[in-house]
Amino acid sequence: MKSQIAEPHLRSGRKVIYQGNEACAKAAIYAGCRFFAGYPITPSTEIIELMSSEMVNAGGNFIQMEDEIASACAIVGARWGGKKAMTATSGPGFTLMQETIGFAAVTETPVVIVNVQRGGPSTGQPTMSSQQDIYQVKYGSHGDYEIIALSPSSVQEMYDFTIRAFELSEKFRSPVVLLSDEVVGHMREKITIYDGEKKIRSGHRNYVVSPQEDFYTGNNSLVEGQLHDEEGRRIGHLPSKSSDFIQSISQKITNHIDEIQDIETFFMEDADIAILTYGSVSRPALKAVKSAKGIKEHYNLSVGLIKVNTVWPFPENEIRRLTESCKYVFVPEMNIGKYYKEVERCVNHGTVVSMPKIGGELHKPAEILEAIAKEVGHHE
Amino acid sequence: MNRLMERYLRLDALPTLFCPGCGNGIVQNAAITAIDNLGIRKDIACVSGIGCSSWIPCYYNMDVMHTTHGRALAFAQGLKLSCPDKKVLVFTGDGDCLAIGGNHMLHACKRNIDMAVIMVNNHIYGMTGGQKSPATPKGVRTKTSPWGAYDEPMEGAELAISMGATYVARWTTAHPVQLEKSIRAGIEHKGFSFIEVISQCPIQSGKGVYGDKDPSFILNYLKKNSYVYKEGMEEPRGKIKCGILKHDNDKTEYIERMQTQLQQYREGKTAKEKKGGAKNK
Amino acid sequence: MIITVDAVRCKGCNICVSICTKQVFTLSAKRNNYGTTMPEAVKEKECIGCKLCEKLCPDAAINVEE
Repeated sequence: MKSQIAEPHLRSGRKVIYQGNEACAKAAIYAGCRFFAGYPITPSTEIIELMSSEMVNAGGNFIQMEDEIASACAIVGARWGGKKAMTATSGPGFTLMQETIGFAAVTETPVVIVNVQRGGPSTGQPTMSSQQDIYQVKYGSHGDYEIIALSPSSVQEMYDFTIRAFELSEKFRSPVVLLSDEVVGHMREKITIYDGEKKIRSGHRNYVVSPQEDFYTGNNSLVEGQLHDEEGRRIGHLPSKSSDFIQSISQKITNHIDEIQDIETFFMEDADIAILTYGSVSRPALKAVKSAKGIKEHYNLSVGLIKVNTVWPFPENEIRRLTESCKYVFVPEMNIGKYYKEVERCVNHGTVVSMPKIGGELHKPAEILEAIAKEVGHHE
Repeated sequence: MNRLMERYLRLDALPTLFCPGCGNGIVQNAAITAIDNLGIRKDIACVSGIGCSSWIPCYYNMDVMHTTHGRALAFAQGLKLSCPDKKVLVFTGDGDCLAIGGNHMLHACKRNIDMAVIMVNNHIYGMTGGQKSPATPKGVRTKTSPWGAYDEPMEGAELAISMGATYVARWTTAHPVQLEKSIRAGIEHKGFSFIEVISQCPIQSGKGVYGDKDPSFILNYLKKNSYVYKEGMEEPRGKIKCGILKHDNDKTEYIERMQTQLQQYREGKTAKEKKGGAKNK
Repeated sequence: MIITVDAVRCKGCNICVSICTKQVFTLSAKRNNYGTTMPEAVKEKECIGCKLCEKLCPDAAINVEE
């Protein structure tokens, strides 16, 4: 089953060899991003460096702010001035941006934040990859809110998902995070890119709770961080209205998960064992699935791959459906074992097995197969 | 109700959350008078942080962004850069601007980016109930300095001058006419304008800083214990230094510098290419 | 000069009473929306139109017109 993303570009593109971070920057400009504020941090620095010239050449504005907090604030401010805006950072900077992400969620400001993950916590492993921020991206800011997060596993996906991030942020009037990692950010691959600018409709009216127009359009907009009604007036002191507002902010995303979720499957038609991955781990996982003849021969169990491209909101129903007839679901991740808990909650019949790997290296295909063989061997 | 304010305020949002006699109301009036005199209601947006003074623009029927604590300047810079031809007016307080927002203030001043900032200084964290702020005078008892504040207070206007702001003024709420003129000049000035307003917080800092909670007493005190600075004068000690402390029209503004530099680079590049082309022939 | 004080807006801080150089205002028997005392422009004829009361009223309750 191929990707559910509708092909974003119908015209033919041209082939180039890009680095992941480079593809992200170029895609943002293609998607109409005309403001970038950022702060250098390994391994996302290539994005800000490229944007410092490309953004200006594209007729937009660029500024290196004094810290990540200021960068996140500046992009929210710029979006209210009518310019699509993006910032890029890594784990420690992403932590600093959390308050502003909450502000963007409550004020329904469409912005794109790129997190090229590295090893944590704190300064951690600046040059090594990880997927340790999978929970921070969903729960990082204080309060109840919903976030949309996309997880690319290749340079082409860095390009395509960045464009999709802008589309989703405008449609749902919400901050969207591109949850990349050092492996994908720094690799180089041949991809298809497009020239010109894709017209992405701004300020989609359907999925907004408190519609405020862009500034300087004569609409007297009130962008308020406190809980507010449709006019922007605060209602934080009214329990019932506050509850309704928070529900609405979240439901505008969760109720339309069909329009957001994007899962690719490989060899899942009659799979008994599913490997569920997101991001760069999908690469060795796919190789493992293709070489899983041994498991088929030995235990008569087929192995398939479920590649989750939109990690949040969690595509619960779809994953439950896909794993309905699976005996096992393996979840390899480059962290201590986090996303597997979400999978475990929704898988009805099979055994969910976490395959955590920390230290900064990707799982090897052989490692994945060995772990599967070991687990299956215990029970079969 | 006052006719001018009636045209500018969101009447259904009133009454304001300001205490009776609060200086924020006076600043609110002065800013509106300035905006109305300039006739730029449609071309100016207000950005504020968190605190009592950050509530000032929330009552304006204009484009207003009520952001997070200390970050108003960061949001404002993003807004300004996305619409360089429009005006931005920032409302902040002594805690919002000098404590948590200190870093953003330093860099915004240094950039000399075109916006006007009104820092309402009531020497206290009023909204949270009266804790010490970086501008609380030494020895003053507050909720978090029960034995008197240990530090010398920070002076926002002087900090702005040293970091490169090009229009800096300080007034008190007892000088509403001069304040309104300064706000107007600050908005018109092409560069970073910083206007500090010493304002009364009768409830939280009245007793500790001035000795009395009565707003009229404090206004009287502010009038009597301030002087208007003129260059070359002998400055009285122990009084609040008011006036236009800096007005520099020569220093280039950030966006202008950015555009000039880009232009120069592009021209230099074209000249180089032409030279290279001529050589190759 | 016609001086009006809005009973709905006035919070009874009495800045106008103290600040007026011509002592145009006194505390009247009237009550404002909050139930506290409210100023009244008893000496309207003395008003010189400086509008300091307008500028210093934190709630924009005062309007001074010709």
